[in-house]
Amino acid sequence: MTETLPATGKTRRIRLADGTGPVLAVLAVLLVALAFAGPAYSEPAGYLALLKRAAPLMILAIGQYFVIVSGGFDLSVGSLVTAEVVIAARLIDGDEGATVWVIPLLLATGALVGLVNGLITTRLLVPSFIVTLGMLLVLDGAVFLWTGGSPRGALSEAFRVVGREGFEVPLLGAVPWSVLLLAALVVAAVVFMRGGTGRTLVAIGDNETSVLLGGGRVERLRTLAFVLSGVSAAIAAILLGGFAGVSAQVGDGLEFRVITAVVLGGVVLGGGRGSVVAAMAGALTLEALFSLLNLLGVAGGLESAVQGVIIIAAVAYASVGRIPFRTRRST
Amino acid sequence: MKRACTVVLAAGALILSACSSDLPADPGAAPSQAPGETTGTSEFFDQAEYERQLALRDATPEGPADRPWEQALEPELVDTAQYRKDGPHQICFSNASVDNPWRQVGYKTMQAEADLHDEIAEFRVLDAEAKDDKQISDIASLTSQGCDALIVSPNTTATLTPAVESACDSGIPVIVFDRGVNTDCPVTFIHPIGGYAFGATAAEFLSEQVGEGGKVLGLRVLPGVDVLEHRWAAAEREFADSGVQVVGAEFTENDSATAKSIVSDYLQREGQIDGIWMDDGTAAVAVLEAFEDAGMEPPAISGEDQQQFLQKWKDEGLTALAPTYPTYQWRTPVIAALKILRGEQVPKEWILPQPVIDDSNLDRYLTAGMPPLHYGLCGCQEMPGFPQRWQ
Amino acid sequence: MATGTAVAPRPAQRLSRVLQPTVVVYLALVLLLVAGSILVGVRGGVLLDQGGILNILTRSTALGLVAIGQTMVILTGKLDLSVAYLIGLCSLIGAETMAGDPGMIVPAVLLTLACAAGVGLVNGLVITKLKVNAFIATLGTALIIRGYLESAYSGPAGEVPRAFQHLGYARIGPIPVSALLMVALAALAWWYLMRTKGGYHVYAVGGDEEVARFSGIRTDRTIIKVHVLCAVAAGLAGLFLASRLGSGAPWVGVDAGYDLESIAAVVLGGTLLAGGRGGVAGTIGGVLILATLDTIFDDLGVTPFFKDVVRGAVLIVAVALYARRRGALR
Repeated sequence: MTETLPATGKTRRIRLADGTGPVLAVLAVLLVALAFAGPAYSEPAGYLALLKRAAPLMILAIGQYFVIVSGGFDLSVGSLVTAEVVIAARLIDGDEGATVWVIPLLLATGALVGLVNGLITTRLLVPSFIVTLGMLLVLDGAVFLWTGGSPRGALSEAFRVVGREGFEVPLLGAVPWSVLLLAALVVAAVVFMRGGTGRTLVAIGDNETSVLLGGGRVERLRTLAFVLSGVSAAIAAILLGGFAGVSAQVGDGLEFRVITAVVLGGVVLGGGRGSVVAAMAGALTLEALFSLLNLLGVAGGLESAVQGVIIIAAVAYASVGRIPFRTRRST
Repeated sequence: MKRACTVVLAAGALILSACSSDLPADPGAAPSQAPGETTGTSEFFDQAEYERQLALRDATPEGPADRPWEQALEPELVDTAQYRKDGPHQICFSNASVDNPWRQVGYKTMQAEADLHDEIAEFRVLDAEAKDDKQISDIASLTSQGCDALIVSPNTTATLTPAVESACDSGIPVIVFDRGVNTDCPVTFIHPIGGYAFGATAAEFLSEQVGEGGKVLGLRVLPGVDVLEHRWAAAEREFADSGVQVVGAEFTENDSATAKSIVSDYLQREGQIDGIWMDDGTAAVAVLEAFEDAGMEPPAISGEDQQQFLQKWKDEGLTALAPTYPTYQWRTPVIAALKILRGEQVPKEWILPQPVIDDSNLDRYLTAGMPPLHYGLCGCQEMPGFPQRWQ
Repeated sequence: MATGTAVAPRPAQRLSRVLQPTVVVYLALVLLLVAGSILVGVRGGVLLDQGGILNILTRSTALGLVAIGQTMVILTGKLDLSVAYLIGLCSLIGAETMAGDPGMIVPAVLLTLACAAGVGLVNGLVITKLKVNAFIATLGTALIIRGYLESAYSGPAGEVPRAFQHLGYARIGPIPVSALLMVALAALAWWYLMRTKGGYHVYAVGGDEEVARFSGIRTDRTIIKVHVLCAVAAGLAGLFLASRLGSGAPWVGVDAGYDLESIAAVVLGGTLLAGGRGGVAGTIGGVLILATLDTIFDDLGVTPFFKDVVRGAVLIVAVALYARRRGALR
């Protein structure tokens, strides 16, 4: 059923990348199921709400995609999201005027954390799994060391606009700002991946040596991927903090959820394969799945079990029948 | 050959004689049947305890009225002359964790309390980081370090019982607070009235507000925590009795975003919700925002004594109630330890009053400028270093 | 099998390779103990008194057991994220089967280990036959076990007989018997990796899976085997924890973060995350370093938040140093 999806339509310029088909099919099925399961999904507002909810994870998925496709892991994004929200609350402390300089500072912090991850991975040759695991611990401890255990201060109304509010559009109704931001980032990511830098990034994940021999700046590009992942975590933090306010648990478990999402999108751990659109589709699929299970009243325990089965099944489906002698290791 | 054998035998005997075990003595006859030990659906409901807690809400506490952390409900005093000791003292504390704002506020209050007393030469704390196994080691190591009194806040009731028993056996006075243990060997067990009272108070308020047939949504943190299960069990009963329609009970894991999404979903599905019952108020503000974002009036809500919720309540004149699980209970163990070391009587089960915040006393518990997740019932307002120490 | 030995390095070679990071690990451990003793001494305490040693060793036991299994998996270039939930599951299976009856100890232990082996077998089969990346396969298994635990348990369950509790509490002087058992298991694993053909294959698969396959090693079988062994090690950790706690506890493995922490201990012990290099001896050193750090911080009264920062930094710095040494040796 998957082969007959959009790719085979007219001669399109956008050719679907390897492994994108299955996730789009699953997503389509889920969206239709949602329409049957919940009356809210019979109109655009329901789907817009779903997109708004999924936006942080989809944005994180863009960042994580860059890292994974170039052959790495970024486990630090969950604690980075928490750290950013806590930092924002303490620095803004309810002062509307502070929003203007705090948001750029958050983006810079995200980029800095990514830069450190990237530099340690590429210059000190520490596997990214370990670097970002260490960073996870460091961020988790450092931010609460700084605030004395629990969040302090408060976010400003201005800070929360993007994550919380929307604007009126005829026909569609209220469109959340986060959906607009998401759309802009999707376009940016697609353009980036179709450009030379994006292609080289994928090539690095596929075969680092050949890129190196071809004169590609492997270290610099892999570092860039981590920086982008850090920035994506900062943006996700702005959306999540905006959506629900200060919380000490906002980023809990996001690292594994986003890696699950990216893998669900058919991106291969170890790098070299998969498209950024599919990675985001994976994130949306995951959120749609949660919404559906929720609507059907499935208990919490079954929810994680279903998630477990689905990621194994998705990857197994994608891998079985691939070139048999091509194995990848998870470093 | 023979000599070698002798050497081996001698070495073996030596090792055997050095063999020992830190396994606590067999509780044997002590019937340690406590709630939460058996499995099954009704495992978290105990009718007698439920009735006792509901009655305790109206009992008059003994002790100074302005210092509720020194008060006790229906105390049954025990003699502690055997623990009498001259100061200065080393007081030890095995903490379950400081991984949430409630425990943070409580722990800061406890440290401030310890600073108040010159008799305490050293206040030694080991944090188990929410690991049962580490807390077992922590208690054993504190027991062997010359503490004059040991305070324990257990991470899990059933699994820490043996460790607390072995601490009792070492002869030092043991004080347990917050969650309990399945043994009565500690000199005193300090806790507020309990989860049934909390849940019932909130549910009674909501039932009154929404009336028969009104729609209430229950928001819970996670399943399986006895205190939280008690809160919900009592609420469910109350709602059923007064004909309130419970549209759902969902777990938020205390994540504001999750809570807000759940409430948005329910608003879409149900159209209207009249009341929100929460077993933990951390996400209360996010829940109210879900109503705002949907363009609806805020519902009647039961939260807790977190600063941001109280602030919103005052600013917007909400219809709200905050039954509490007061953080001032962290002061009591230190006070109890010193009383015991002076040989004064203490209650065997030290039940602290569990105040309820309503419109009439809201201002008393709201201090401007505190962190969003500060707890108003810290009992710390008069302590030195307030408010900076808690900010 | 001549081809097999051609791929796997000779024992002597392997020994020298393994030795170097291992020596560094134990050197670091000694330095840490000295520095810790001084720091604790300044505050008027003693780090390595009977209680201190007991503490370090008790803390090392559960993590050590898991990390031994994790080492084997990582040597083949895979990893196992399901161990944390599996530990909780195994503690429950053990404690519920025993149900306080001393006569049920042996059946319960066997049943627990069989269940653990079953989970490991599933992990191995999913990785090799369905060709799912180990990260995803074991994450999926973890989620499935978590789902089961969430729906079936609401807290500690089962009861361990007193006879079994001796496993967790008996000691010879300051040394817990369970720590000795853990070291014995480590020795067994060391022997397996260093002295048997199966051990060769583990290193060979980790070195380069394709080359290993082309040289006639049944790589699938090796990978399945290490996953089963890893799961059994996690099962033993679950049984040990059940004996300490007196009952089974669903979240005992997760709360302690044994999944990521065991991986941290293994790489801290000098095993290459990509596989092919390292060994159990270093892992035990890594576990002891983590436990010693914890004990020192406790004695110094450091907040848990600071502990996390130091743990993270130590992990990164240590692995960076190994990478540097390897680079220099090249």
